[in-house]
Amino acid sequence: MKVWKEFKKGFIHENPTFVLTLGLCPSLATSSSLKNALGMGLSTTAVLLASNITISLISLLVRRTNTTEQVHKIRIPLYIVVIASFVTVVDFVMKGYFPALSKELGVFIPLIVVNCIILGRAEVFASKNSVLLSICDALGMGLGFTCALMLLASVRELIGAGQLFGLSVFGEGYKPALIFVLAPGAFLTIGLLMGLFKFIGSRKA
Amino acid sequence: MFEIGAIFKIFLATVLVNNFILFRFLGLCPYIGVSKNTDSALGMGMAVIFVMTLTAIVTWFIYHYLLVPFHIEYLHIIAFILTIAALVQLVEMIIQKTAPALYEALGIYLPLITTNCAVLGVAMLNKDTLFGQNLSFIKCVVQGFGAGVGFTIAMVLMAGIRERLDIADVPQPLKGVPIAFIAASLLAIAFLGFSGMI
Repeated sequence: MKVWKEFKKGFIHENPTFVLTLGLCPSLATSSSLKNALGMGLSTTAVLLASNITISLISLLVRRTNTTEQVHKIRIPLYIVVIASFVTVVDFVMKGYFPALSKELGVFIPLIVVNCIILGRAEVFASKNSVLLSICDALGMGLGFTCALMLLASVRELIGAGQLFGLSVFGEGYKPALIFVLAPGAFLTIGLLMGLFKFIGSRKA
Repeated sequence: MFEIGAIFKIFLATVLVNNFILFRFLGLCPYIGVSKNTDSALGMGMAVIFVMTLTAIVTWFIYHYLLVPFHIEYLHIIAFILTIAALVQLVEMIIQKTAPALYEALGIYLPLITTNCAVLGVAMLNKDTLFGQNLSFIKCVVQGFGAGVGFTIAMVLMAGIRERLDIADVPQPLKGVPIAFIAASLLAIAFLGFSGMI
């Protein structure tokens, strides 16, 4: 039961992008098309999963050896090194297997290191909970982030290019509003979607 | 002469055309978090200019004199982020000792810069686009400085807008962050006008 609760919170109630407003930079930068959004979301999920597992194991070790006091001071650099190592791995995997996608996402793959979602989950969740719960948390948060990206991207790609996953939706006659693929459309879409999430939240309460 | 033109072009491009916040979407967290009033926005901007320029300088040396000789270029992500974290800490200590007034003014913004993706963004962009060119060191420093200036301009403009938005009658669900994004969208449209410049 608890496992399910930790998993599903990332989708709506604690959605990292729309509710916690974490990881905004990659959400906006990579949501110009659904393909990029999916790639970015899954890469982030992979890093989050690996770092959550490692950090919850490390903190288990720290608790066993009674060194909490000493490790507490250096925990942030410790987390960052763990995260940066996994990001390097993901960067190479993307470059090796999906060179085109890796080129489009560009600098945002290495920038997963400073994605606040990952450091935030390490600090708030993985360092205090068991490995199993940390896995659920990482999957929920990561997939919640992916869904948020896909939602943003589907709005932007549909209006800005008249396509979904590169397939034409409206047919030949549709004149795409290019601005939605560019930066202003990203800001506008996320602003309106955040408002919508807040509206739904206030109606429920 | 030709090189000076190229360097000036890099500066103008990073400040206005490829503005880090409004075009590249880097550094949005402080942009939304700290842009509530003009004074703190300016303070944050100054701290970012300082750290970005230093980052550009230090990462250039680290890459060329540490990573390349040992053939460990693939570790650049780890090396850069640790450098930035250490650098921010160092800058914080130096400012605290030498200019306590400035330290007070910058306050909590300094440590926050470590997780500002725009700073790592400068290092990565320099590595991807400028390393290996003629005069790459000067170009990197200019790009770092320009990115900081562009960041400050966008921050201060946004803070000015948000001070006005506080007294405006905004629909309840859009209050706070959502309306800030919509304002940012309009600002980004305005900045699109610069794209024809270069």
